[in-house]
Amino acid sequence: MNKITNNKAWFLVLPVFFIVAISAIIPLMTVVNYSVQDIFDPQTRFFVGTDWFRQVLEDSRLHDALIRQIVYTGSVLFIEVPLGIGIALTLPRKGWGVSACMVLLALPLLIPWNVVGTIWQIFGRADIGLGGYTLNLLGMDYNYSQNPMDAWVTVLVMDIWHWTSLIVLLCYAGLRSIPDAYYQAAKIDGASNWAVFRFIQLPKMQSVLVIGVLLRFMDSFMIYTEPFVLTGGGPGTATTFLSQFLVTVAVGQFDLGPAAAFSLIYFLIILLVCWVFYTVVMNAGKREEQ
Amino acid sequence: MTWMAWTPITAVFFTCIFLTLIGMGIWQAISPTIPRRGFLPLETTRGDRLFISLLGAAYIHLGFMVVSDASIWIASIIALVWLFLVMRWG
Repeated sequence: MNKITNNKAWFLVLPVFFIVAISAIIPLMTVVNYSVQDIFDPQTRFFVGTDWFRQVLEDSRLHDALIRQIVYTGSVLFIEVPLGIGIALTLPRKGWGVSACMVLLALPLLIPWNVVGTIWQIFGRADIGLGGYTLNLLGMDYNYSQNPMDAWVTVLVMDIWHWTSLIVLLCYAGLRSIPDAYYQAAKIDGASNWAVFRFIQLPKMQSVLVIGVLLRFMDSFMIYTEPFVLTGGGPGTATTFLSQFLVTVAVGQFDLGPAAAFSLIYFLIILLVCWVFYTVVMNAGKREEQ
Repeated sequence: MTWMAWTPITAVFFTCIFLTLIGMGIWQAISPTIPRRGFLPLETTRGDRLFISLLGAAYIHLGFMVVSDASIWIASIIALVWLFLVMRWG
């Protein structure tokens, strides 16, 4: 029997298409236009070809910011994903504990970025902050505004505090969708806890984990507000990540051309990593199904 | 449209991209793609191959600018060859 396809449903996608066109595609096209010109004002602009790209690609400040960003994003994913899965596995499955845990876990997610930065700025201070004061009391010479390592760890811990809940909630949703029959079958087969995790829970969490990891990758790769409020990119340039460097160029120095060229390179990096990750995970999923 | 600061080259670039997308859409409607496996290490549809070749073309241009000061058109020619290779045998 031939399946009748009705393509009219595509019209329902049109509103989304227009919103995306206005909010993403047209601005992106404008950025491309800016990246090949030296713009002083809308009337005074000169075509410079690939000059800005070459300048940006040779900029050592950009290389440093990129390395910092990669290390930071790698650390965020490396800690948040296993931690999130671990917490999701230990959460209660029924009773009043479920709602209590959900509310507690959702709290950090509800706090705006700049407020998170301010909370940790105060929390980490050695004179009035609970965290900083306690660490110094324990004999550690902790000062995030002077020691690059302390600043780095503080920004990392802040992100883990803020966003691990997202992974937990996504994984928990994935875990809840597994029918009891799977666990019963595993019990009959005498499967170990590890086997249950590896062959039932992890595959069932795969699609939500892909979304979780992609969201965390993109968010942490574009992080701006929290380190900006907490450390201002310092001490020195220790916590100056890509987006902060970009804002310095675009808004601080008003170099729109180099900033546009840099934005496009930034965009291409994110696009490539997300595509590779998505393809690898989805192909692995397909292989397992076969 | 002046606020978008168009230049002839970027206008041609985006026109080509849009025409390609429309063309691919029509092609898909006339003869739907069948996923297949070429020299790329994954099964791809026609649209996948276009995406891979465009993303690859962008990186070819960036890579060329890093290693050479020569005219960017050389990179564009390499990218066109890459696009053809991926679309035909990818």
